[in-house]
Amino acid sequence: MSDNKTDVILKVNGKEYAIRVEPRRTLADALRDQCGLTGTNSGCEHGVCGSCTVIVDGDPVRSCLMFAVQVQGRQIRTIEGLADGDKLHPLQRAFIEHHGLQCGFCTPGFLMLAASVLEREPDINDEDLVEVLSSNLCRCTGYQNIIKAVRAAAAEMRAR
Amino acid sequence: MKPGQFAYHAPQTVQEAVAMLAEVASQEGRVLAGGQSLVPAMALRLALPAHLVDINGVAELGRLAAEAGELAIGACVRHARFERPVVDGPLGRLLSNVVRHIAHYPIRTRGTFCGSLANADPASEWCLVAATLGATMVAKSVRGTRTIAATDFFQGMMATALEPDELLVEARLPIFSPNTRFGFYEFNRRAGDFAIVMALAVYRIEHGVIVDPRVGVGGVEGHPRRIAAAEQALAGRAPASEVFRAAADAAAKTIQPIDSKPELAGYKHEVTRTAVRRALEAAEKS
Amino acid sequence: MDAAKSGPGAAEKFVGRSVPRLEDLPLVTGRGRFAASIAFPHQLHMRVVRSNHAHGKIILIDASRALAAPGCVAVWTAADVTAIPPIEFRPTHIQGLEPYRQPVLARDFVRYVGEPVAVVFAEDSYQAEDAADLVVVEIEELPVLLSASQPPGEFEPGRDTEPAVIRKKYGDLDGAFRAAHAVVELDLSIGRHSGVPLETRGVVARYDTTRDVLELHGGTKRPHPNRDLLARMLGRSPASVHLYECHIGGGFGVRGEIYPEDVLVCAAALRLGRPVKWIEDRRENLMACNHSRQQRHRIRAAIDAEGRILGMDDEFFHDQGAYVRTHGARVPDMTAGMLPGPYRMPAFRVVGHFRLTNKTPAATYRGPGRYESTFVCERLLDAIAAKVGIDRVEVRRRNLIAKAEMPYTRPLDVLDTGMVLDSGDYAGMLDKVLARIGWNELQRQIKRRKAAGEAVGAGLAFFVEKSGLGPVDGVRVTVDATGTVEVLTGAASVGQGVETVIAQICADALGVDYRRVRVVHGRTDRIDFGFGAHAARVTVMTGSATHIAALKVRAKAIEIAASDFMEATADALDIVDGRIVRRNRTDGPSVTLAQIASALSPAAAIAKGREPGLSADGWFHTDHMTYPYGAHVAVVNVDRETGGVKVERYLAAYDVGVAVNPMLVEGQIVGSMVQGLGGALYEEFLYDESGTPLCVTFADYMQPTAHEVPHVDVLITEDAPSPLNPLGLKGAGESGITAVGAAIASAIDDAIGMPGAVTQLPVTPQRLREILNRAR
Repeated sequence: MSDNKTDVILKVNGKEYAIRVEPRRTLADALRDQCGLTGTNSGCEHGVCGSCTVIVDGDPVRSCLMFAVQVQGRQIRTIEGLADGDKLHPLQRAFIEHHGLQCGFCTPGFLMLAASVLEREPDINDEDLVEVLSSNLCRCTGYQNIIKAVRAAAAEMRAR
Repeated sequence: MKPGQFAYHAPQTVQEAVAMLAEVASQEGRVLAGGQSLVPAMALRLALPAHLVDINGVAELGRLAAEAGELAIGACVRHARFERPVVDGPLGRLLSNVVRHIAHYPIRTRGTFCGSLANADPASEWCLVAATLGATMVAKSVRGTRTIAATDFFQGMMATALEPDELLVEARLPIFSPNTRFGFYEFNRRAGDFAIVMALAVYRIEHGVIVDPRVGVGGVEGHPRRIAAAEQALAGRAPASEVFRAAADAAAKTIQPIDSKPELAGYKHEVTRTAVRRALEAAEKS
Repeated sequence: MDAAKSGPGAAEKFVGRSVPRLEDLPLVTGRGRFAASIAFPHQLHMRVVRSNHAHGKIILIDASRALAAPGCVAVWTAADVTAIPPIEFRPTHIQGLEPYRQPVLARDFVRYVGEPVAVVFAEDSYQAEDAADLVVVEIEELPVLLSASQPPGEFEPGRDTEPAVIRKKYGDLDGAFRAAHAVVELDLSIGRHSGVPLETRGVVARYDTTRDVLELHGGTKRPHPNRDLLARMLGRSPASVHLYECHIGGGFGVRGEIYPEDVLVCAAALRLGRPVKWIEDRRENLMACNHSRQQRHRIRAAIDAEGRILGMDDEFFHDQGAYVRTHGARVPDMTAGMLPGPYRMPAFRVVGHFRLTNKTPAATYRGPGRYESTFVCERLLDAIAAKVGIDRVEVRRRNLIAKAEMPYTRPLDVLDTGMVLDSGDYAGMLDKVLARIGWNELQRQIKRRKAAGEAVGAGLAFFVEKSGLGPVDGVRVTVDATGTVEVLTGAASVGQGVETVIAQICADALGVDYRRVRVVHGRTDRIDFGFGAHAARVTVMTGSATHIAALKVRAKAIEIAASDFMEATADALDIVDGRIVRRNRTDGPSVTLAQIASALSPAAAIAKGREPGLSADGWFHTDHMTYPYGAHVAVVNVDRETGGVKVERYLAAYDVGVAVNPMLVEGQIVGSMVQGLGGALYEEFLYDESGTPLCVTFADYMQPTAHEVPHVDVLITEDAPSPLNPLGLKGAGESGITAVGAAIASAIDDAIGMPGAVTQLPVTPQRLREILNRAR
């Protein structure tokens, strides 16, 4: 075919998506445009803001810095897969309770970042947790309530 | 900010990788490892490679091993691997100490040690480590394998001794003796930024005096390097604040900042002095 | 969340409580729908070709290679849009601005790097960018002007780069300076920075042939005025242009004005017969979305021997960038009018040079004109304190307007209306802030730490804000046959919690749970008049109108309940959780609002000679803005060797009149404080000598991360409700940003022991080292 496109199967939130994309299509764009999973937002496209954070094989990654063709066979988790059906994840509940979002654009990125870190290191100390949260940018909240929300969710997740 | 078009290659072995590189290097072919530096450049269309050779699928490049007094770091070893010491002793602790300064957590899950070296950003922490510790880089191409010493490897801002068709397969760091002290200091405006200035000091104390000093400075010149004048000010002397100050002054005098504006250059001299002194103070406490 | 009841069976009240937001569920579950998520079948993607030169004459534009590129459908230049006029600005009394408006595509000249020169339309966004890169633009360079404090240059033959000079004055200034015990003079600069929301700009336009309606999706901030402007520019009736707001990723003043790209997507949807989508990338955003803040002030004050201001005389230079955009000269006008701040000022004169340079055009950014004026005024107060040898708190006590003097008329016009400080206990606020931070103990701690060698210090800044921009707002409150309440507003949402706050106000006035209230905003097709969200107006204006409308609906419902359903007079009835009940028998017979609404369905209503529908319109009018106020305290630790600054503690206090939702008010204060911190230490749009912008990625334009932000202690007071609206509301949208530059500067001065050292924002490490070096 003359269009340089290739067939890729993305495994996202336990479901398979068969898409056909150029190698240059980023994972962020493929999730949004080809898979219809528009929850992951694109804030800078050069890997600084973290809005596009998804989880690939347990690692938080910036989906704008990966190409869709690179993630065949990997397990991808996006914000759409964080809740368990209608049952919200503790992080989601905590963000609502503690006003951890205003416009909500950075929120999926923060939620996936926090989820992956807390799954990896449930006993992460507070200083390290704030360091991790300084990976992503928010322009609305000033971070205070995001940190509060993640702390609260971490405590709840540890107690389980 | 979408990248330009490219043909994508995903070799499974080092041999395949260098063969592909040989074919595509002359046509703007680049190696894709962590992608945390290359992909932003591609998004800004500052880099427009026509071919990408993705080495993430080459299992042997994930090797991280201590052997023959060296730590061998394969091309696909990610920054995050170093967050816990990968080898006993000061080297493991040094790497674990430095890695926390590299960008942010999600970058460190993808970015690679060797990728940083090949990218050769003047403010890259691993480049400073490689230059200061005298790392050996191993490059492979269809023409064979060669080793490149750090002093030859870093040639300038974003420039290394690698040929376009060469793949950096491994970097080797000397494993220190257990009584080695090290100190790292970095100054930036925000956590995770590239360094405005950084310094790495390594030495041993034998019979009460400093032996084998290594002082490296990064972020101020075209590439990080050892500052001989600073090392000379330390060698054979007992560690003391005047000695550290003398070494720091020597470093500040020697460096040639790449910033074009005169007022910024003056600042770089000043903070180099501070960085070297603080790195030495940290080494003394380690 | 405890139920705040005033008695057994009384209606639950929501105003004043930190109830969770109604907006949040979709946003935390990945169902947010921002502009980039909008996709219409057969849509085209627009990509802008932008000037690489800061100033020049366009010699030629060759789109032939672009047109041949895969997926490219069309390329337009100025020649293709001659019928579209330059973009207007808001009505103003300031004369002479028209010739400086920006055309939607550069005509003959380019005046800033980033200016749209051509647009490309393609099948997908990747192809659009590829095609745009193939458009050849030849520019003959012209000299660049990059400073507003240098003499004006040439905008075009016969016209210079100073469109206007703002002048305000009152009192006997010469007399003040003659009588002065001393004169204090400062030269102060605020760096160029701006809102930079995390979502870039983006809109999608679609022409619906079935209704002859041009739709613009993703518009916000001022939907109705924007609609009217677009309609005028495209030669359509306002009724045939509909704006739809989706989820919006932050506004801060810079999103939601009419930009060239908004007009072009609309024109393209009409002409090309397909929906047209434009999503800006970050590099574009940093060089094409409104900049702000850059001003230089030369200020002098005449003072008496006690440090009281006798007169203030300021000349400032406002760096507007290349064109006059939709705000006209409002920002320098607000700077000029707000300069006296909360202080008594017997005589005053300001001359504001509104000047163009070859940079990205500027406009409003949160607290516009006030971040700048507060930095200047508070630096002045600190300088006065140093001059007469009193402390920084005392100098403010001596100059603050007293509560007894409220309402206080300043003989000034700002935005074409008189300035009346409606209410305020400034001295009381100062006392509260000092008590909250423990100022005396803080001073002792600082002294001890300084003696131990640390460069640590505290700074204080007081500020007055403007909110509740009128003159008017109107809503319709309707209860449907299921008992669901709809508040139809002309407000807009930029993420601040409009739906929740308005629901809380409606709930209390009507007697329902706030979760049963749906708030409509950002839709020009559902309500005829709207004034949007900006200038911290929604809670005040839309909130007041909602209160009025809901009370009318309440009265209507009770009247019908009294006559048709309950054996009682209206004054014996109350509404509790959507049920009309007798006040003394709340668990007795009742009728629901749903039943009343059903009773007012058209056939039933007309049969009884009534107007159908349980609904009412509410209008609120005000002649004046409200003036909330506050004070900040910052504690900083300076690394003298590197010039690095760490903010250890921060207190932001704000009197909001009445806090509808304290948690949301606190969120506004903290969020805006961190933006203020960005402007104080990190954020700046820099240019090289050729006018090329140097900060076009997030690596160069540095915003604070969680690591840089101290814990912000927030003190919300409600000491001075506004007398200008029924609930006493003042806005909080711009509540935490205004004084940050001033407070941080004051703290840095204190930390390094050099009063008046900081005269320029942002305080970068290099600049601080220069200050320290000069002192040696």
